[in-house]
Amino acid sequence: MKTKSKHVHHPERSRFSGRAKELASAAKKLLLALAVLTFASLATAQDMPMFRWENFTTTNGLPDNHVYCVLVDGKRIWAGTDNGLGLYENSMWRVFRPADGLAHQAVLSLALDPHTGDIWAGTMGGLSRLSAGRIDTFTQLNSGLSNDIVYGVGVQGDFVWTATAAGASRLNTRTGQWSLFNNRNTPMYEIWTYSVSPAEDKVYYAVWGGGVLEFDQKTERWKDYNDPDGETEMVVMKDQGLIHEITTSVSYVDKIVWIATYFGASRYDGRYWHNFLQKDSGLPSNFISQIRGVDANRAWFSTDKGLAYYDGTNWAVYRPALDTHKPEMLLRDVAGAIKKIPVQSAPAHNYILGVDFQGDDIWVATAKGLSHGIRQKNSVAIAGVFSTEKAKGKK
Amino acid sequence: MSARLNLRRRPTSHPSKAREVGIPHSSFRRLAKLAGIFAVVLLVIAARPAPKQSPILPKGRYLSPIEITLSPDGRLLYVVCQDSDEVRVVDAASGEVTKSIPVGHIPRGIVLSSDGSRLYVTNAWSDTVSVIDTNLLEVVQTLPAGPEPSGVVLDSKRNALYVANRLSSDVSLIDLKTGEETKRLLAGRGASYLTLSADGKQIFCTHIYPNPGAFRTEPNSEITVIDTTSQTVVDRKSLHNVAGVFHVAVSADGRLGVAAQLKPKNLIPLAHVEHGWAFTDSLTLFGQDVGSVVQIPLDELDRYYAMPWGVAIAPDKSEIFLSTAGSQSVTVIDVPQLLKTIRSRRKPFVNDLSASADYVCARIPVGRNPRGATLSPDGKRLYVANRLDDTISVIDTTSAKVLSTMDLGGPKNVDALRRGERLFYTADFAFQGQFGCSNCHIDSTIDGLQWDLEPDGFGRDIVDNRSLENLAGTEPFKWNGGNPDMPTECGPRTEKFFFRSQSFTQQQLTDLVTFVYALPYRPNRYRASNGDLTPAQERGKTIFERTKSKSGDAIPETNQCTYCHSGPKYTNQKQIDVGSGKATDRSPIIDVPQLSNVAYSAPYLHDGSARSLEEIWTVFNPKDTHGVTNDLTKDELNDLIEYLKTL
Repeated sequence: MKTKSKHVHHPERSRFSGRAKELASAAKKLLLALAVLTFASLATAQDMPMFRWENFTTTNGLPDNHVYCVLVDGKRIWAGTDNGLGLYENSMWRVFRPADGLAHQAVLSLALDPHTGDIWAGTMGGLSRLSAGRIDTFTQLNSGLSNDIVYGVGVQGDFVWTATAAGASRLNTRTGQWSLFNNRNTPMYEIWTYSVSPAEDKVYYAVWGGGVLEFDQKTERWKDYNDPDGETEMVVMKDQGLIHEITTSVSYVDKIVWIATYFGASRYDGRYWHNFLQKDSGLPSNFISQIRGVDANRAWFSTDKGLAYYDGTNWAVYRPALDTHKPEMLLRDVAGAIKKIPVQSAPAHNYILGVDFQGDDIWVATAKGLSHGIRQKNSVAIAGVFSTEKAKGKK
Repeated sequence: MSARLNLRRRPTSHPSKAREVGIPHSSFRRLAKLAGIFAVVLLVIAARPAPKQSPILPKGRYLSPIEITLSPDGRLLYVVCQDSDEVRVVDAASGEVTKSIPVGHIPRGIVLSSDGSRLYVTNAWSDTVSVIDTNLLEVVQTLPAGPEPSGVVLDSKRNALYVANRLSSDVSLIDLKTGEETKRLLAGRGASYLTLSADGKQIFCTHIYPNPGAFRTEPNSEITVIDTTSQTVVDRKSLHNVAGVFHVAVSADGRLGVAAQLKPKNLIPLAHVEHGWAFTDSLTLFGQDVGSVVQIPLDELDRYYAMPWGVAIAPDKSEIFLSTAGSQSVTVIDVPQLLKTIRSRRKPFVNDLSASADYVCARIPVGRNPRGATLSPDGKRLYVANRLDDTISVIDTTSAKVLSTMDLGGPKNVDALRRGERLFYTADFAFQGQFGCSNCHIDSTIDGLQWDLEPDGFGRDIVDNRSLENLAGTEPFKWNGGNPDMPTECGPRTEKFFFRSQSFTQQQLTDLVTFVYALPYRPNRYRASNGDLTPAQERGKTIFERTKSKSGDAIPETNQCTYCHSGPKYTNQKQIDVGSGKATDRSPIIDVPQLSNVAYSAPYLHDGSARSLEEIWTVFNPKDTHGVTNDLTKDELNDLIEYLKTL
């Protein structure tokens, strides 16, 4: 229990008073500088993006309304759905299914090879490569792929990484060699890998029920990140490690690892963890299917109760309202105050499965359609919104 | 006159006294005059240019010219000589070989830079590209390429070299500033030939094996289209029922593309050779002049022109010239007439053998196994490399006649190997000249197809085409081991089941067998040059050699991998039932195949039903009758396959 100390002369205090005064002065200056920086950052982070949403469903060409993933490829938009892979180009949809050579109609993940322009599609029945109209399919029967349920796929140089229901696979596209990674040769204790994110010289795996695995390309070593609370839903040691073992997505950017789980999100800077839960952040839900880091401070969260954006301080949520299903945008400031912003449109559904970016625009995969968020010039100034609220409150 | 003056007397005490007591003054003056004249003569002789030295040309090995390119002024031919590992420089006017430039092993493709200063030569078995300075006439740089680099084109604008890699079925992009390969672009299986459009915006790539497809379905191929700006594949022109696409060329105006190809009839029994055809020799046309992709026949009703290979289009697009490698000839096509025929016929006519009469205007006999065909810049001369004659036919394109034949200086003696090779590559023995050995064994390898060879009914005893590398010691032959030796394999059986026409004489058969047995292994790219295995390959070797399953149970000897696949070529030369027989097979007993270079001979099993090595066990070994593999984890199976690839 803390007790307030009274002003009592202490022999040690007088002995070090000169040095202490200097330190105190320096500390004040430092705090002042930090405050200035903080206010400055707050000033720039005050504007939350606004979008006009255009939604695609089967009525306007989308192969299926259940969209697992979306990939932006220049002016082309790929949508992995429950019933085919859709390609939106020149305002028209083209659909690929097993009859066209696709491994399976349920397309769970997509990746672009920036060198060749090839698209890799992870499906419920194998891995397909689409290259200038030709589709080649790899399965666990005809190739070295570990398992046909390919939840995640990523490209890094000549390597194609997959996250499957039976571990991780890596294909060397030059030699055709497959390398498998599982509980026998990595710290993985659960082999159900859910997503893969190659980034710079590292590759990150979200292991469903097994935390996060990091592969270092230079050393070819694996490292794991786990929930210090073990496999419990309690958060006993918050900000001491990964928020939960059931991870779904990892995003590495600006030396920050963003991690999504079904029980919250985590941010790791290599030394410190910061966890996000619905109860103490702007997350509309702890059930997060995907996380996309924009930079060290900002990220997008695809949750089952809306699409959330975090700018390092404030939050915005875009969704049809859970009760009325009317378009809704919510803002939450650092103090936890929440404000509804009037909007005319929203993503197709609140259950968000993934996003990708096209310049300032955002494409969103939802459980009931694909949404195109067209960035509006006007954005919402947080300071203005909440100061108005405060003013109203004072009145 | 001798240059040495015979001065018998020498002056004694004083020089002036020589005049008095030595040579008389008048004689001295005469001698001096003669000496001066002689000196002038010597000077004149010294000033003359030295007589031309004959180049020192390596001897003893056949040259086997396969590709030709010309200097920009048309004065020099650069000839890729495949079997002598060199490029020979030939004076186009005289036909004289002026230089031999050693390059890598089994050179295959060549391209000249637009300024004529650099030649790029792909070395198919060295996996490199030799860069030749055309002034120095020597290799100045060697660039890395993919496995078995073949066709090559240069994008001068972007300083990028594109190389088709046959074994990895892709195209390497090499940055000539750094000499490094920057990416690989997926092409068709057995990617081999490239051409650059006249505007430099696109590259077209063809391939010699069909793309992987479902078992016993029509083969499909493609022309891969690469955009040189984005350096990515932007299109794949689908070639239906085509297996084996060779050279491709685009007209100078960019409106017409032409690719030489084969259309096999492998889904019906070969027994129908005499009722029709086993292969259609044809062309694919593409581009604005024809709209969508069009296939046209080259053959005639009762005469075939096997293995269309080299393609050249006249600068004014008046004619297309094709070397037909199995028919010792060049086919000439009238382009305006061809386009007229295409436009007048609304339906596909590639199977109408009467059609070629509309547009084929000449068949010019040339040498044996004609390959590369190149036109002079003015289009008046066509140069054709006769690979198995070591010559070049020079054709006057106006008269469509051979003007001369250039001897490249290969050995004059035609030995058994060479005679055998000539037999292998000609279609003369087949009914109506329909096909030769090399139709199915493209460049002495495979064709990626499965055939119904025997007249035992449709769909019975389907057989996969197998590699011919280093076959000695792997007898017997045929999928069921029914042919005890090579002479039986290539002899009467060939006449009966394949050619349906003329059989080989005993001498010819001996020569052919000699050649086939001499076919060497291609370099195996999975095996390190020092023989070391990677960790995965080592693990796979352990699995290959195991005698117990993972549960500790002994594997019966006859079901161990090393029982059947033993010896230096991984065959015990026995016939055995491994459970891979199909209901359509007369017998499930098959001849144990050799595994050497098995990585390059997909598909697998006797009937080609396993599309990959994995499928041999993941699909076709449910009861562990083809080795015990069902106890393996997926990564262990991957290790086994990594090892098999090194064999």
